[in-house]
Amino acid sequence: MSEHPSYLGVFRTFLRNSLVREMTFRSNFIIQCISSVSWTLMNVGFYLLIFSVAPGIKDWDKYEFFVFLATTMFVNSIVQTFFMPNAQEFSELIRRGGLDFALLKPIDTQFLISLQRTEWSSMSNFLAGAILLGVSLYHLIGRETDPLQVTPLMVILYVFYILCGVAILYSLMISLSATSIWLGRNQTLYNFWFYITNFSRYPMEIYQGTYGTPLRLLFTFVVPVLVVVNVPARILAKPFSPETGIDWALAGFAVVATIGSLVASRWIFRRALLSYRSASS
Amino acid sequence: MDIVIGRAVTWWTILRIALEERLVYRGDFALGTLMRFLPIVTQVFLWFAIFQTAQAARGEDSLNDVTLVGYRYQDFVAYYLLTMISRAFSSMPGLASGIALQVREGEIKKYLVQPVDLIGFLLLTRIAHKAVYYIVAAVPFALVFFLCRGYFVSGWPPLGTFVCFVLSLVMSFLLGFFLEAAIGLVSFWFLEVSSLLFVYMLLNFFLSGHMFPLDIVPAPWDTLIDILPLKYLAYFPAAVFLEKIEGPDLVWGLWVEAAWLAFFIVLARFMYWRGVKRYSGFGG
Repeated sequence: MSEHPSYLGVFRTFLRNSLVREMTFRSNFIIQCISSVSWTLMNVGFYLLIFSVAPGIKDWDKYEFFVFLATTMFVNSIVQTFFMPNAQEFSELIRRGGLDFALLKPIDTQFLISLQRTEWSSMSNFLAGAILLGVSLYHLIGRETDPLQVTPLMVILYVFYILCGVAILYSLMISLSATSIWLGRNQTLYNFWFYITNFSRYPMEIYQGTYGTPLRLLFTFVVPVLVVVNVPARILAKPFSPETGIDWALAGFAVVATIGSLVASRWIFRRALLSYRSASS
Repeated sequence: MDIVIGRAVTWWTILRIALEERLVYRGDFALGTLMRFLPIVTQVFLWFAIFQTAQAARGEDSLNDVTLVGYRYQDFVAYYLLTMISRAFSSMPGLASGIALQVREGEIKKYLVQPVDLIGFLLLTRIAHKAVYYIVAAVPFALVFFLCRGYFVSGWPPLGTFVCFVLSLVMSFLLGFFLEAAIGLVSFWFLEVSSLLFVYMLLNFFLSGHMFPLDIVPAPWDTLIDILPLKYLAYFPAAVFLEKIEGPDLVWGLWVEAAWLAFFIVLARFMYWRGVKRYSGFGG
């Protein structure tokens, strides 16, 4: 028997268990899929309405923006599938003292806390995003002026930066939920999470002017949620335009931000665990 | 006479208890209200970008000359702020699911044996909750509206319009209440109404005008919006304030809203009456 647990094996078991649990209540699973897709469709409908009356959002025309939207859907669905249910569970564990059991297990606590549950139904939005992306790319590649050329490198970078985005959001989420060790409850923090990520859902150049520029800098360099969707979406939708296309300095910064977020969240998590005093039974 | 006084005392007591219960968490409340304006911040930036793009595309000199579906940029921001007010009146968090829970768990029995009417009781509690909400939320609301006063280009509407605005708000509160109560009362037949409620929430979110001014919706769909009562929950009061609906249209709109309100009052009463006949409680 090896000294370290097989993390991949444990993770696979988590995935299987969650799938079994979701498949036990199959109609509930289907209803959840439908409901999360309908919210997404509403969102797409909202932008369809916008583009029916307006020519574009800054330099993003309709299908370029839909690439952006599809990217948002990818990142959010991955976060919701793998991390969201666990972060919610985490504050419950702290409040009720169930964290004791997680601490006793011979495996990294952050790993166990972060990945225990998987909400497979949220993956339906990933599929919806894929369809949206496919349709948008079809239009972008087929358009007459300046058709888009997708290269293998773009695809690799796109996937890589989506994973970076997921890592940044995960770090933010686990840091926020770890603070419930100090605060006891964190209902307001979840709202906080919602409002912060709300900023990441739009192209970053809409934040401009007296109030916009500080906001953009804040959400790029302090809490880097703006690079989450902006960098991959830009790589795929506007790779070669010199003025508005991908800024390679920003892309480089995104990698730094990802590593920084992961390190910071790991540090916060461990500090928080040191303050854990368990709940009296 | 004694009966009337007795009733009034009962209602007053219910109202007072609900008020006191509600004031316990006022600090959290005020902060939460302020936070609720945050999503509007991104909407403001989004629409500013959209208007700038439209300005560039049309070659206009000033942003003020650009209109989309009859709205200037400032009107859009003002619209979003105003829907916050109409939503504060018409949204009824937990009402339908609360009724369903009471029916399912059998708690509803207490209304059957006590001389208190379920819908009346819930309405009073809701009025108390809302009243406290307005008292506590008045400060953050006033702050935000003061900071954003520049977006209200035309300033305050004339007195007549303002009266109609208040009237539409009061009706939107009652309409929201009886509509959700009717959905909750479906639980006499179905027990679980969460999926029904979900559909309602989804439609409400999109078709009440919470996300965008409904004038933006193109041809076949705008008829659907006109037929449904949902637009009175967010769009209508805001549009009245911004003087988008005037004259005969305004009067007609108010009458239609009143008719919807009457319909849902009767519907909720009828459903409760039928439901109680159907209901059977055991044990407890």
